[in-house]
Amino acid sequence: MAYDKFEVLTSTAYPLPIENVDTDQIIPARFLKATERVDFDKNFFRDWRYNQDGTPKTDFPLNKKIYAGSKILVGGRNFGSGSSREHAAWSVYDFGLRCVISSAFADIFKGNCLNVGVLPVQVSPEFADKLFDAIMADPKTEIKVDLPNQKVTLVATGESESFDINAYKKDNMLNGFDDIDYLKNMENEIAAFAETRPF
Amino acid sequence: MAKTLFDKVWDSHVVRSVKDGPDVFFIDRHFIHEVTSPVAFLGLEGRGNTVVYPERTFATADHNTPTVNQHLPVEDPLSANQLDALENNAKKHGISHWGLGDKNNGIVHVVGPENGITLPGATIVCGDSHTSTHGAFGAIAFGIGTSEVEMVLSTQCIMQPKPKKMRINVNGKLGIGVTPKDVALYIISKQTTSGATGYFVEYAGDVFKDMSMEGRMTVCNLSIEMGARGGMIAPDAKTFEYIKGRSLTPKGADWNKAMKYWETLYTDENAEFDAEFNYDASDIEPMITYGTNPGMGMGVTKSIPTAANVEGGAETYKKSLGYMSFSEGDSMIGKPIDFVFLGSCTNGRIEDFRAFCSIVKGRKKADNVTAWLVPGSHKVVDQINTEGLDKIITDAGFVLREPGCSACLAMNDDKIPAGKLSVSTSNRNFEGRQGPGSRTLLASPLVAAASAVEGVVTDPRTLLVS
Repeated sequence: MAYDKFEVLTSTAYPLPIENVDTDQIIPARFLKATERVDFDKNFFRDWRYNQDGTPKTDFPLNKKIYAGSKILVGGRNFGSGSSREHAAWSVYDFGLRCVISSAFADIFKGNCLNVGVLPVQVSPEFADKLFDAIMADPKTEIKVDLPNQKVTLVATGESESFDINAYKKDNMLNGFDDIDYLKNMENEIAAFAETRPF
Repeated sequence: MAKTLFDKVWDSHVVRSVKDGPDVFFIDRHFIHEVTSPVAFLGLEGRGNTVVYPERTFATADHNTPTVNQHLPVEDPLSANQLDALENNAKKHGISHWGLGDKNNGIVHVVGPENGITLPGATIVCGDSHTSTHGAFGAIAFGIGTSEVEMVLSTQCIMQPKPKKMRINVNGKLGIGVTPKDVALYIISKQTTSGATGYFVEYAGDVFKDMSMEGRMTVCNLSIEMGARGGMIAPDAKTFEYIKGRSLTPKGADWNKAMKYWETLYTDENAEFDAEFNYDASDIEPMITYGTNPGMGMGVTKSIPTAANVEGGAETYKKSLGYMSFSEGDSMIGKPIDFVFLGSCTNGRIEDFRAFCSIVKGRKKADNVTAWLVPGSHKVVDQINTEGLDKIITDAGFVLREPGCSACLAMNDDKIPAGKLSVSTSNRNFEGRQGPGSRTLLASPLVAAASAVEGVVTDPRTLLVS
């Protein structure tokens, strides 16, 4: 099993209402030098979380005590643009987050999240605004992310919206499986296909 | 049924379609480099798997490599560790490896085409988003994450839903001083950084037909910057001419067989796209970016738009200008600069050095500018020397460095210091991309050259037309 199963998650959430958050912000390139997947939480949003002298920036949402321990991040539109570095998705997971909600994700980041056990939930811009407003008004606001029913709900008011995920990826997330398990089971079929390639 | 170029290549690589899920997609060519592969090899070994088709995998060192004194041991222990890991993993699993000092070494997206690994109709992946570069040859090429690198090593397939299809037509003739980089930055400024999310793009029209292979690579390279999975251009006589005779291209009967296939690679007349856009070549000027994503670009003579005139969140826009220390309405022309970077997988090819030299020839580098000129590969270095461009560069007061990713992403020693302003031919102007606190203006090699000799942001046309 590559990661913990994901079924229903109810948690408070960090708000990050900034558009086009790119993977160089999520984890700057200088922290990609590891050869093992350990401790990527340390440098999650490094340059937005810390001053140059290493002290935390107190006004950055991820540093605010009122949100501490949240397992959900609500981000702005076009979240995760830029690099294919999976380290960005690892840093999300290692920071303790299991779900990122946004009105739009960059493709590769979204795929990387699904492969490492972070659920990317795409909602309408209106619902994203509703979530931001609720969290800003009350940091204790809880959000329920129900993967089996593909539904995200503001617990206090019961307002909810459905989200899409393809059935195969959903099954993987619910069971903690990954693609390699699937592909290794069709080795012969792949080998036969490889024979047909012209180069 | 009429098919697009993308359909033809995609459909011929589907091993199995998964119900309500992604396709099992076969990969012909897999590039690996030192940053995104070590954890994949750990995963592979952890599961007791092996590399199934080592002959389909190619390793090169680029992100971390120094661009001076490459004959000496790499000083940064973490970089050295990653480079060693790549070499050891390649050796252990029987994968060809072009490490530091190898005559074939260079940036992965430069050495692939140079050595004939990149072929029309192939599927190519790499743990690097600019893998989209290889689409210039009519290949389906895109960046993947490390889990997928492990998938390809251990099964030669990935699980991918088929993207939607977009065609971008640019017709007409480009003006003097307008390069492929400007065409790409123009399209991205129109599409924004998320305009092509979920799509694979085909570039069509006169402008791309007339463009060199190097130019096509620059355009396809930047497809990812508008959110596309990749971009591609139908192969033509120019493509076949480029690849013929390169060390790893098919030879003899294999070449003829491949050509038969390659000649079928075009979009059928009535094939349908999910989205289509048309642009006019005469509307495109030399471009420059002013913000912190590649979509924030404009004609070099224009002024920064006001927040009221841009789509999306005004707050994010102002934050971006704040980081750059620019204001709405500012002109870029005449702004003093500190650094110029020529290189990267976007503009580190021979044509880019020719363009740069066309401006700096007989001129001198401005004193206030530090310039890093970094060829994309050793083969590009050889071409520079053969064509005598090295002398033009030296006479103008510049120094040529050794190949690598260099200041594009600041993983190596080439970092732009905090606060400094850089005119860069690379692909990203994200906050801190070229070093913490650095400020980047993306531009063509011509704009970079003109700015390097004037010491301020300069319209290259003022130096070309004299």
